[in-house]
Amino acid sequence: MAVAEQPRELASRNWTAALHDWVTTVDHKKIGILYVVMAVIFLVIGGCEALLIRWQLLVPRNDFLGPDVFNQLFTMHGTTMVFFMGMPILIGMGNYVVPLMIGTRDMAFPRLNAMGFWVTLFGGLLVYFSYATGGAPAIGWFAYAPLTERTFSRTAATDLWALGLIVSGIGTTTAAINFIATILGMRAPGMTLRKIPFFTWTMLWTSVQIVIALPPLTAILIMIVFDRNLGAHFFDTQNGGSALLWQHLFWFFGHPEVYILILPVFGMVSEIVPVFSRKVLFGYEFMAAATAAIVFISLGVWAHHMFAVGMSRTEDLFFVVSSLLVSIPTGIKFFNWLATMYGGRISFASPMLFVAGFLSMFLIGGLTGIMLAAAPWDFQLTDSYFVVGHFHFVLIGGTLFGVFAGIHYWFPKVTGRMLSERLARWQFWLLYVGFNLTFVPMHVSGILGMPRRIYTYDADRGWDFWNQLTTVGALVQVPSFVIFVVNVIWSLPRGEPAGDDPWNAWTLEWTTTSPPPSYNFEEIPTVRSRRPLWDLKHPDDPDWNYE
Amino acid sequence: MSGTGLAYPLEGGGAHSHSASPAGLSATEWGMLSFLLSEVAFFSTLIVTYLAYLGKDQSGPTPAVLSLPLVIGTTICLLSSSGTVHLAERALHRGAVGTFVLCWGATILLGAIFILGTGYEWYGLIVDHHLTISTNLFGTTYYTLVGFHAFHVTAGLIVLTIVFILTLRRQVTQHHATAAKLTSWYWHFVDVVWVVVFTVVYLAGR
Repeated sequence: MAVAEQPRELASRNWTAALHDWVTTVDHKKIGILYVVMAVIFLVIGGCEALLIRWQLLVPRNDFLGPDVFNQLFTMHGTTMVFFMGMPILIGMGNYVVPLMIGTRDMAFPRLNAMGFWVTLFGGLLVYFSYATGGAPAIGWFAYAPLTERTFSRTAATDLWALGLIVSGIGTTTAAINFIATILGMRAPGMTLRKIPFFTWTMLWTSVQIVIALPPLTAILIMIVFDRNLGAHFFDTQNGGSALLWQHLFWFFGHPEVYILILPVFGMVSEIVPVFSRKVLFGYEFMAAATAAIVFISLGVWAHHMFAVGMSRTEDLFFVVSSLLVSIPTGIKFFNWLATMYGGRISFASPMLFVAGFLSMFLIGGLTGIMLAAAPWDFQLTDSYFVVGHFHFVLIGGTLFGVFAGIHYWFPKVTGRMLSERLARWQFWLLYVGFNLTFVPMHVSGILGMPRRIYTYDADRGWDFWNQLTTVGALVQVPSFVIFVVNVIWSLPRGEPAGDDPWNAWTLEWTTTSPPPSYNFEEIPTVRSRRPLWDLKHPDDPDWNYE
Repeated sequence: MSGTGLAYPLEGGGAHSHSASPAGLSATEWGMLSFLLSEVAFFSTLIVTYLAYLGKDQSGPTPAVLSLPLVIGTTICLLSSSGTVHLAERALHRGAVGTFVLCWGATILLGAIFILGTGYEWYGLIVDHHLTISTNLFGTTYYTLVGFHAFHVTAGLIVLTIVFILTLRRQVTQHHATAAKLTSWYWHFVDVVWVVVFTVVYLAGR
């Protein structure tokens, strides 16, 4: 008996020890994994909310969900995907990869890093806690005033929503501060700013944008809390509060947020395209300058979300021009990726496959973005399903495809195992087909006049067919996500061993073991070019001769 | 901390100070600067909101009820505390712990006078002028803006006091000059914000 019990006791102690280790960890790699796992869980939750929305819209006059539940679902879907899936997964991947890429042993402030994660997680739980108080907030993710006032939202749900986003916003801001300090102050010797890996460069600028754009959100959320709980009048229109001011301040955060969600992905793509084309990144300096330009220009485009509120002609023109300006640096990036691929020996392993998905889908999202930036076009289609189609092309076609590319690229480094290529291909094609089937028809139903956020519609509007296509597309995407989770769970113990450098890549994270030791590098490497690992592999023809 | 924590010192002279950092700042200094940038963004939002609602009230007290002499007095205290904290920080850098204690203590005193002044001012506004956060838009925006500044001064005072007590217990030496410097950056920032708030609320706004 004693013999039989001992291992069980040991196993349970190991289990609690492992839990204790994960809860108290300040290692940037473990915190990065925690962020990504949290984000994937919220991705599943937000995805289920989307499926419920689509099921309701499958047929006209459907009574599957009531209007109030429907409003709660699109609020929670948007909030979850932006704050608890999109930003955490990018911050998590940055957390894991950036210190390895720049040849250092951890982030600048490891304990602050751990706090940032836990605070983000608890912010998410706080928002979801609203279900326990009788229902989620029903205000939409951009929470237009005066819907958030007590008069219109009487339950505690809106308070919990605002508090949850304040709390997780503090976490996000500390993460950004940590990235800036780490990237500017802790690079390996020799790695000047002109030699940092491109993903690190985009994480730096994303962090700058978070630091500038998120505190205003925190400020206006505090105003909501004051309005609702102290009787303040910030957005109380009956006492002179301005609904328009909320829109200006929210979108001053809200539009840069879109770039916060896409810039790190630009960085991942800029790492993956060269490795899988066997060429250096084309026009590194122009790409770097374009990143900074996007950050600055996108701070001045917010009111293109507000053309329909009736601003002056001058304001309309200003925001049309500034919004169209963003397409120039973005176009530079796009053409430079294509130029990197041009003439290269391209291999379509799973990371590159997802990059190809990203390039084709994000292009469409970008082009519909140019359409919507033109005020006259926007007057016609604002708040229609065309807009919903547009931003899902950017956020799924852009961010999610790019994130999957990054996950397939770095998974071998994180776990020491390769993901199954076969399952990855199934995942990719199901997502690619399902995604297009879901979101292309949205553009059509939008042009046919279907407004976003309606819980049902009449049969004689001609929208049924397009909505049915959309719902079928959503269902096609489901097995894709299941396959991804299965692939991860299966590959963790059984995947092919990866070795240190399975992709024959060039940045510093591939010089250490897979998974890396807690101290990352036994010896801090010295860097002389943008591709230190190339220099190591080709001492006869190092890069620094050409840069 | 188990083996996963910091294995090397972060501040100047550490294993990583050799990285070619632009402007020669250390990681901790970059961290403080980006934190202060986020604070600038936060206060800018409150100030924009204050200005957007200035003079929009139909009823209730207006900024005319604010008393200038009292605030000029507290402003002088807060601005001079920027000078004392600078002297303190330089003194610790040289290793003159005695001067450091003196100037650091003076900073706490001046900051405390400022907070007491704000409290006295608010007492007058609430009791004499019946202005609270729910009275009208002026009350809403005024208490939020000035209140968040006062909150930042209070947070600064708590940090300053902790360092002060540690110094009296002889636990602060020249080695902690960077920490003192970063605290002084925060304090300077709180002062600069007050210059803007003072200009907007008490000079331009009245």
